Amino acid sequence: MLSKESLQKIDAATAKYPPDQKQSAVMAALVVAQEEKGHLSTEVIEFVAGYLGMPPVAAYEVATFYGMYDLKPVGRHKLCICTNLPCALAGANEAAEHLKRKLGIGFNETTADGRITLKEAECFGACGDAPVMLVNNKKMVSFMTPEAIDKFLAELK
Amino acid sequence: MNSAHPPFDPGIFGPDAIILKGLTGLNWRLKDYEARGGYQALKKILADRIAPDAVIAEVKKSALRGRGGAGFPAGLKWSFMPRQYAGPKYLVCNSDEGEPGTFKDRDILRYNPHTVIEGMLIAAYATGATAGYNYIHGEIWEIYERFEEAIAEARAAGYLGRNVLGSGLSFELYAHHGWGAYICGEETGLLESMEGKKGQPRFKPPFPASYGLYGRPTTVNNTETFAAVPWIIANGGQAYLELGRPNNGGTKIFSISGHVERPGNYELRLGTPFAKLLEMAGGVRGGRKLKAVIPGGSSAPVVPGEMMLATDLDYDSVAKAGSMLGSGAVIVIDETTCMVRALERLSYFYYEESCGQCTPCREGTGWMYRIVHRIETGKGRQGDLDLLYDVADNIMGRTICALGDAAALPVRSFVAHFRDEFQYHIEHGRCQVGSPAAREMAA
Ligand SMILES: Cc1cc2nc3c(=O)[nH]c(=O)nc-3n(C[C@H](O)[C@H](O)[C@H](O)COP(=O)(O)O)c2cc1C
Ligand code: FES
Repeated sequence: MLSKESLQKIDAATAKYPPDQKQSAVMAALVVAQEEKGHLSTEVIEFVAGYLGMPPVAAYEVATFYGMYDLKPVGRHKLCICTNLPCALAGANEAAEHLKRKLGIGFNETTADGRITLKEAECFGACGDAPVMLVNNKKMVSFMTPEAIDKFLAELK
Repeated sequence: MNSAHPPFDPGIFGPDAIILKGLTGLNWRLKDYEARGGYQALKKILADRIAPDAVIAEVKKSALRGRGGAGFPAGLKWSFMPRQYAGPKYLVCNSDEGEPGTFKDRDILRYNPHTVIEGMLIAAYATGATAGYNYIHGEIWEIYERFEEAIAEARAAGYLGRNVLGSGLSFELYAHHGWGAYICGEETGLLESMEGKKGQPRFKPPFPASYGLYGRPTTVNNTETFAAVPWIIANGGQAYLELGRPNNGGTKIFSISGHVERPGNYELRLGTPFAKLLEMAGGVRGGRKLKAVIPGGSSAPVVPGEMMLATDLDYDSVAKAGSMLGSGAVIVIDETTCMVRALERLSYFYYEESCGQCTPCREGTGWMYRIVHRIETGKGRQGDLDLLYDVADNIMGRTICALGDAAALPVRSFVAHFRDEFQYHIEHGRCQVGSPAAREMAA
């Protein structure tokens, strides 16, 4: 179900916790699985649960509780823009509108070519760099004014 | 904008900085940290065999208060860890920084990760903890990876693992990441999350010191709290206390955001006037007038600008102004801002992030959001403001964790200080303030 590299990453995460507490690695394991598969299908979640020796329902609970897991397919790039108040005061709403116009989609939608999914997000802990955007969960881009967004989109593959 | 583009002027975090002193964005590695005196405090403790109780006494003397929001004295918290306990005891660093407005732990970890590791080592020595975890906000993945690198450096140099520097102290440290849930910043939600579950806070008591991670004695402190410890041990608790004010020892990193010219982190002595911080941040953007400030993260009550300009930044002074120093996240709001719309966004956040465990919070945050939303969109009703108060009052003090209060306090304070604006919305179905945001909403 998962590649050898992914399993190695999960094993490395598991090694951080006491041997009888493998479940502590479930968040890390689901991130690894999501990265390989693009999103977390029921089968993948069940596989991760089995791999860590925990009941499938316990892994579902985790996958549905935390906001950055994708239970449905997303575009090749997932862009999350923070619109919480500190960012909103510094232009996040304008940035979000600009993104929607440029991409022709709203929040929680994917462009017709399957390239980009746009989401609204809560505080990243980066409010001094507003507007801020997370690209595929792991890369943060800062000071995303409409001009910076244009440049960013032009460079995005 | 002082945090995004290294290398920068090492004085950028302010002349009083100790945690962020001399950082350029490029000197975060072990060798750099050692070159500026890093790990000397730990070495001193181990070499002189200073008793754990004496370390705790020094931290108590420093009046270091928890930097995560509640301001609980760190030394006192450490003293709650049971001395005679057979089995593992844990230390957890809370870097799940998600309180809107707060972005200091990110910069500490990014620019000075070893000071957190050294602080945790000293805390482990003082509390007898055998292993530690740093729970890092999932949204700052690159910082999580850097912390893993810093841990690897420290381990290779003999600072972590069995028999640290040949002293007999053993302490393992690992990084754990979140994945998008504000509630995991609450310390028992965080522990549940670390155990591989939903991050739903635990009923207290028992407190983590007696029943924490995996049911073991555990101390949870904020990143900035740990980061201050090496300086305290190296320079003495008294010296740290004197940087600040009685009962408010040391420096504090303030994350200033919103309508200022130069948002960013500034490390100031506790007791520094807010006006000074505002000046360091270049003043209100575009020379506009200050309307209001949320001085301690989005959960802290809002304070009118005039009042804030007369307030000093320490726990007790901000409390006197009717708010909380909280995490030290200072959100600046200028005269063009519609307070109804601002509150609507915050209320939406708490509604979204309530973990759903307690009925007053799960239902109440939804009620509050819907009421503020209908006022904002011109559908407010007479009596809505009383209803808002009523809902807020029915949440406060009735939930397992403080997220309920965190949602209710902004509502109560926004309405208390800016009632006219809310009333105008209700009566006229539109905004009193001529801001672009307000016009956009009214259109
Ligand atoms: C809803 C909620 C969110 C919180 N978020 C954080 C956080 O992001 N970081 C943090 O250190 N403390 C946070 N706290 C406070 C923690 O529960 C805890 O008090 C703190 O980590 C203890 O460390 P300290 O004593 O060093 O401040 C939060 C509390 C609540 C109720
Ligand atoms: S409010 Fe957007 S990153 Fe904090």
